[in-house]
Formats: sequence, structure tokens, C-alpha cells
Amino acid sequence: MKKSNIPESQFELQVPDSLKTEEMTLSMGPQHPSTHGVLQVILKTDGEIITSAKPQIGYLHRCFEKHAENITWHQVIPFTDRLDYIASMNNNLGYVIGLERMMNLEVNERAEHLRVVVSELNRIASHLIALGTYGLDIGAYTPFLYVFRDREKILDLFEEICGARLLYNYIWVGGVAYDAPDGWREKVLEFCDYFDPKVKEYNDILTFNKIFIERTANVGVIPAEVGINYGVSGPSLRGSGVDFDLRRDDPYSIYDRFDFNVITGKGEMGTVGDTWDRYWVRVAEMVESVKIIRQALENLPEGDAKETVPRNIKVPAGEYYMRTETPRGELGFYIISDGSKMPNRVKVRSPAFCNLSVLPAVAPGVMIADLVAIIGSLDIVLGEVDR
Amino acid sequence: MTAQEIHNKIQEKFPDTIIEFNDSVLQPFIKLTANQFNEVCQFLRDTDGLDFDALMNLSGVDYGEELGTVYHLYSMQHRHKIVLKVNVTRENAEIPTVADLWRTADWHEREVFDLYGINFTNHPDMRRILLPDDWEGYPLRKDYVQPEVYNGITIAHPDMKGDSDEEK
Repeated sequence: MKKSNIPESQFELQVPDSLKTEEMTLSMGPQHPSTHGVLQVILKTDGEIITSAKPQIGYLHRCFEKHAENITWHQVIPFTDRLDYIASMNNNLGYVIGLERMMNLEVNERAEHLRVVVSELNRIASHLIALGTYGLDIGAYTPFLYVFRDREKILDLFEEICGARLLYNYIWVGGVAYDAPDGWREKVLEFCDYFDPKVKEYNDILTFNKIFIERTANVGVIPAEVGINYGVSGPSLRGSGVDFDLRRDDPYSIYDRFDFNVITGKGEMGTVGDTWDRYWVRVAEMVESVKIIRQALENLPEGDAKETVPRNIKVPAGEYYMRTETPRGELGFYIISDGSKMPNRVKVRSPAFCNLSVLPAVAPGVMIADLVAIIGSLDIVLGEVDR
Repeated sequence: MTAQEIHNKIQEKFPDTIIEFNDSVLQPFIKLTANQFNEVCQFLRDTDGLDFDALMNLSGVDYGEELGTVYHLYSMQHRHKIVLKVNVTRENAEIPTVADLWRTADWHEREVFDLYGINFTNHPDMRRILLPDDWEGYPLRKDYVQPEVYNGITIAHPDMKGDSDEEK
């Protein structure tokens, strides 16, 4: 199986002729509450069973890559905020580290620690949204209110450190835009103490809820080799049991100094790689993120976080492919410089784009209601799919 | 496996296909001809010791004279990487698809077709992916001029009227 080609036709559902009813074509989206944005899926159904699902994307295309070729290196950073708009810190980080490696720039230690703290806080915020909206998709309204209550506290912390709640433009080449204000470190530690018991609350109300498990276990199984072949990454790939996390396996920033576990799906409620596994990886990852934040704050050095921010950014001619682990998976920036003040090319390898592309492979054979569960478990953000 | 060893393996099996090998840049790359590209990729994916089972990224590039596609490969098993490049002329922009080897390439190749107009031969579903089907031109080419009207709707901003990239 490993080395064979995976043809799309393998996933077409074969229905015996005697049972065949009329095939129906349905358009789900682009204005649909459970497609997480302007995603359209063209469904072919036989009764209520899906025989093929084709995602139609591009409704939110904003020409990021074309814009990036016409603005200076630093001006690209706010544009990266708008790719995956619920995990903007992580987007900033990927682009900025790519540039720093091309420029061979050392970054101030305090700035490095602050970067890790805000990235992991943003990971928690993003996973909280994933949990809450997933509950909504499945039909559970209450967890949504719980997670938004806690996400609000993270956004308050961000507001305090950089003035923005969603689109931060915080991580700059060579450092960060603002140093942490007095007392911020203590507030984050306070949040960590507050947050730890909340995970149990989510588990009680959603994760181990019998109805939720019935809806998600054994649904939308992505086998590991299919996931790798389709470029699925992040929690969606780890849900399939692949022990791979770029923070550990292709380290960047100072992640190699921290002690944390990589969570993988084990098929506790059904099959390895089902939607419950992908959901569970996100829940458990939030706990690991809290661990990293605590370690980073413990060793937070004194100093000036803007010390190494250069006045002019001069990127030597060359190219680099930088990939980082965002809440959605492997976010890659392929940057080409010709030595001028503007990028020659910035290509974004979007994790949500690749994760979504696996949908035609897993959808055939499931009910329409389960398709909603599958799309939710992939945790796509259309701003990043369409760029 | 280092880039040099990977290069040697390809050189051994496909002696005529390598145009350039550069080991002195940040990420070493191998530039290949388009004609045997699918076979080389199959070799890279299926040979023991190489096992490039993941296509990290596939990106179109406009080099001015030529167009090109860049492939970033990764092996989950051996944790090694390599960059492949294929260049084509603007007039005859055709590259064999690798969507049969890595399904990641399916949508990425459609994206390159959409924005650069490079045609991937034998691709199962070669059509635009991000832009509307009736869009004219390939926006990420450096000589692209933004149209002023699309289906009767004025789209050009007054500041940007008629400017190509070089003039700005």
C-alpha cells in the first residue's frame, strides 16, 4: 500500500445497480453555517450517502502573493496576519523567521521568549475556536460559550502587549514590536493557572459526551499514508497517528529548549484517524502549549526586546523555504529575494489548503451530516485556503 | 542523506536529466529537464533510502525570461529534504504532472496553472482553482497587466490604472 499510487477513483462509492436511486447534485455553501467561511462543496449524493464531494474555493482570494511582490519586506507582515486570521502570531513568526535565516540575523533572547509565549497563547486561542465551532457543527451550543469566555482572556493579554485583538503585526524581523509591559508576565502565569482546570471542564461538557462521541468516532477516517500523500499536516495529521511536529522535528526559534509532548491520535473512541482523534489532539495540545508558556516565562530574560530590530531590512539575493507549525499545520513561506527592497516572490504553502484537499478522498460513503463533522475536524480557515 | 548523495543517485539513474546542481546555497537544489521529470520523481519517492513521501511545497516562479516550478520534497522516514526545479519557456510552458505521485500536487499544480499559466500534462483536472473560470491572463506573471473591466464590472483602482509591475 505504501508505495502504490492513490487514484481518486478508489474512493468512489460503488452502489449495486439494484439499489440505485437517482443521483442528486447539491451545492453546500458558500454561505453555509458549517463550512467555516465561504467554502462551497459540490456534492453528488445517492439518497443521503455522498458519492463525491468537490470543494470549490477562491471566494476569499485576496491576491496576497501579488501584493507581496509590490510592497517592502516589512510591509508584508501585516498581510500575513490576514491569512489565518485566528492565529496571526503564528503567521508572523513563519515569515519573519524565514527572512531572519536569509539575513543570518541573531535575535535578542528576550524577544525569542516573548515570541514563543505569544505563539503558544495564539495556538490555544485558535484551538479553542476549533473546539467551540466544532461543537456548534455537531449541534452542541454550550461549549461554544465556554471556550469564547476563555479565549477572551487571551485576547485581552494580546491587547495589552500589542494593542490589537486579532491582527497583531507584533513579531518583527529581528525581534518584536513592543516589549511586554510591567506585570504582563504575571498576568500570563495567572492565566495558565486559570486555564489548566478549564480543560477538564471542556472534556466533561464535550469531549467525553456520549452524543458527541457517537457523532464523531469512526467518522471520516484518514489513514496515515493517505494523509501524508495529500499533504495533510498539523493536528489533522497527528490525529492519524503520525508522530510528527515541526516544533520538535524541524526546530525553529527556541523550541528545542522546551520539554513538551507531541500528541497523536490513538483511536481511543473508534478508529485511528477519525474525527474524534483529530479533535482530541487539539484538546491535549492546549495543555502542552501551557507547559511551553510556563517554561518560557520562567526563563524570561531581562533586556531590550527591540535591541536586534534592524533599521533597514536588506535581504541578500537568494531563496528559502521556511516552514513552521501553526495551529493548522505546516505553514510554509517560500521566499525569493533578488537583493532589492521588495520581495521577488512570496509563496505561501497553506496548511488549511492542503488539509482541505483531502476532503474528496474521505467524503465518499458518508452521510451529509457526517461531512459537516469532517469539515469541522479539519479546522480550516478560508482566509488561508484562498489567500 | 545529503544533497550531494541524492544528486549522485539521480545522476546514476538518469544521466541526461540534470542541468544544474547547486550545493552552496542555503537549501541545495537540483535543476532538471522537463521531459523525464515524472520518472525522476517516481524514482525519488520509491527508492529505498530516498523515500521522499511528502511534497512540502510546489511553487511557480517567474524568472523573467523563463517560467519555472519549484518542488520542495521531504522524507518523513529519513528526515531529509531536497529542492527540485524545472524551468520552461514562456511560449511552451508544459511540465509533466506529479499529481499521480503526491496528491498534494493536485491542487498546487492547479494553482500554478491558475496564476502562472504553466500547463501540467496528464493532470487529472487541469482548470483554474482560485480565480473565476473566465478570468483572462495569469496574474502572478511579472508582465501581467491588470484588466480594467471584468464582465462589465470596473475593477481597476484609479491609482493602479494600466501600470505594470516594472513601472511602479
